Amino acid sequence: MFLNAFMIALREIRRNLTRAFLTVLGIVIGVAAVVTMVTLGRGATVAVKAQISNLGSNLLILRPGQGWHTWGVAQFSQTDVQAIREQVSGIHAVSPFGYANAPAIYLENARNTDIQGTSADYFSIANWKLSLGRFFTEAEVVEGAAVCVIGETIRKELFGKDVDPTGKKIRIKSMSLEVVGVTAVKGQGGFGDDLDDNIITPITTLRRRLTGRGSKQNVNQVMISCQDGYPTAHIVAEITSLMRERRGLTRNEQNNFSVFDSLQLADAISSSTKVMTSLLGAVAGVSLLVGGIGIMNIMLVSVTERTREIGIRLAIGARAREVLLQFLVEAVTLSCVGGVCGIILAYGLCVTLAEVVGAPFLFDPKINVIAFIFSAAIGIVFGFMPARRAAALDPIDALRHE
Amino acid sequence: MPQQALIDLRGITKTYGSGDAAFEALCGIDLTITRGEFVAVMGPSGSGKSTLMNLLGCLDTPTSGSYSFQGIRVETLNQDQRSLLRRHALGFIFQGFNLLARTSALENVELPLLYRGYPRKQRHQLARAALASVGLPDKERNTPAELSGGQQQRVAIARAIVTNPHTLFADEPTGNLDSKTTRGIMQLLRHLNSDLGITVIMVTHEDSVATYARRIIHVMDGLIEADEETDNL
Repeated sequence: MFLNAFMIALREIRRNLTRAFLTVLGIVIGVAAVVTMVTLGRGATVAVKAQISNLGSNLLILRPGQGWHTWGVAQFSQTDVQAIREQVSGIHAVSPFGYANAPAIYLENARNTDIQGTSADYFSIANWKLSLGRFFTEAEVVEGAAVCVIGETIRKELFGKDVDPTGKKIRIKSMSLEVVGVTAVKGQGGFGDDLDDNIITPITTLRRRLTGRGSKQNVNQVMISCQDGYPTAHIVAEITSLMRERRGLTRNEQNNFSVFDSLQLADAISSSTKVMTSLLGAVAGVSLLVGGIGIMNIMLVSVTERTREIGIRLAIGARAREVLLQFLVEAVTLSCVGGVCGIILAYGLCVTLAEVVGAPFLFDPKINVIAFIFSAAIGIVFGFMPARRAAALDPIDALRHE
Repeated sequence: MPQQALIDLRGITKTYGSGDAAFEALCGIDLTITRGEFVAVMGPSGSGKSTLMNLLGCLDTPTSGSYSFQGIRVETLNQDQRSLLRRHALGFIFQGFNLLARTSALENVELPLLYRGYPRKQRHQLARAALASVGLPDKERNTPAELSGGQQQRVAIARAIVTNPHTLFADEPTGNLDSKTTRGIMQLLRHLNSDLGITVIMVTHEDSVATYARRIIHVMDGLIEADEETDNL
């Protein structure tokens, strides 16, 4: 009896491909939307968490200008760094930061990259780990040694994936830097930038050989790590008043520098991703609902025709339970096909979109199962309920159904 | 040797609704039909002829009275048991043809065999033979929408006889057909009756259609008003 009902159900699906397609489509869209949204949202949250930990904890960043407006604003000098180190309480380490952008060359390989000049403290402040070799030392910073630590991307581009570059020399403009270490992979940054595409060298070296000695104010930014448990707001206030004084700002002038608190930044990013995720979830919920309504619609529209069909089947000798089983098999088959298609579609969408938005793709079985069960349930209930009502009719009434 | 009664109705009544709204469609029918008869049930609309037909066809149950079909007390059967009885002994033809839409003629005819659990090959064979016997050997692949009314009714007849039933119920089989097509369908029914020995019980309100039967039962206001033999052989 079951095999028979299964066969009859499959025939009926094949015969009404449009109806079947529309039913399946509703489920596919519902499942795919929910799974994609939630998976991407989760991926983004995880990415943000990873970025926050990459950033280093209890980190303050002193930058010239306000916000993105930094053009033409005075940079900082080594004495500013010294002043902060000596006068601000509650700080753990201070590290000046200078940038240059230049092609790095090793043999015939070249890559245009960020050259970051800093102090030895920077590695612990910004939470860098080593995969090979060593960091440079404070002594090397003082003497302006021609050494550098490179990111994984640079190693790959200049030396090759698994080559040990320590002891080899890369050339940047007219200077030659010995590679002393390779940093462990950090991956993508908050703006989709590659955190491993950089070369870190002592700031003294950078200043002397690359950016030139011309200006004293050649520190582009200062990173300050705070002592644990010391309120960062205090430190921010102290740095602010110190810098105002050193930059000779009068009472009425606005700050021409800004201090970022990485924790605040992290909190802000993290809470905005949470809002995003719940927003995406809500949108997905709506599409699941719309998909569900689509299924109900198709099922209810076809009820008249199907009631007659049930009448015919009953009249020629089908038992009510055989007809019901047929309808149940139909509904289950369509719902499951739709659910599986939806999950496959969601997988494709997630992989593609994850790449586009630069968030990791994290497969979450739970949301797949929930979305599948929910839309399959809608499909089954609304495919089966009208059939149950019709099969309870006398064949005569079912046949006369208009 | 007297033929055993195929159908035996005793004091059948059928009431729809209850209380003040109750309507008595049949008010006490006694009727005997033997095997091989071709009976036409006639009467104006509202006379109860369709109700009687549905009872005879085991599609409905009487409010009171007894109905024995081949000695089986139909009024004691539940819906599933009546389904099985229909599946194994009866064939149906309806005024509106009642074919499955978007379904080929062959598949429509196969439908009853599917519920009987016949294997695929046998289903095809029997369905093809039935279609050929109603004069539609070349319309296997056509869906009802691609067939004329007469052709659709022929497919419905093929579906009714494919299980080789001994009794065929026809509810206004020509109600939707023109007179020329009607003739063809009635000749086919008569052929099934006289050459294959299938008992045919038909409801109609047209005299010209009733003349094809060998016995005409007139129903009026829920009672049998007249029961006469025709001069058909």
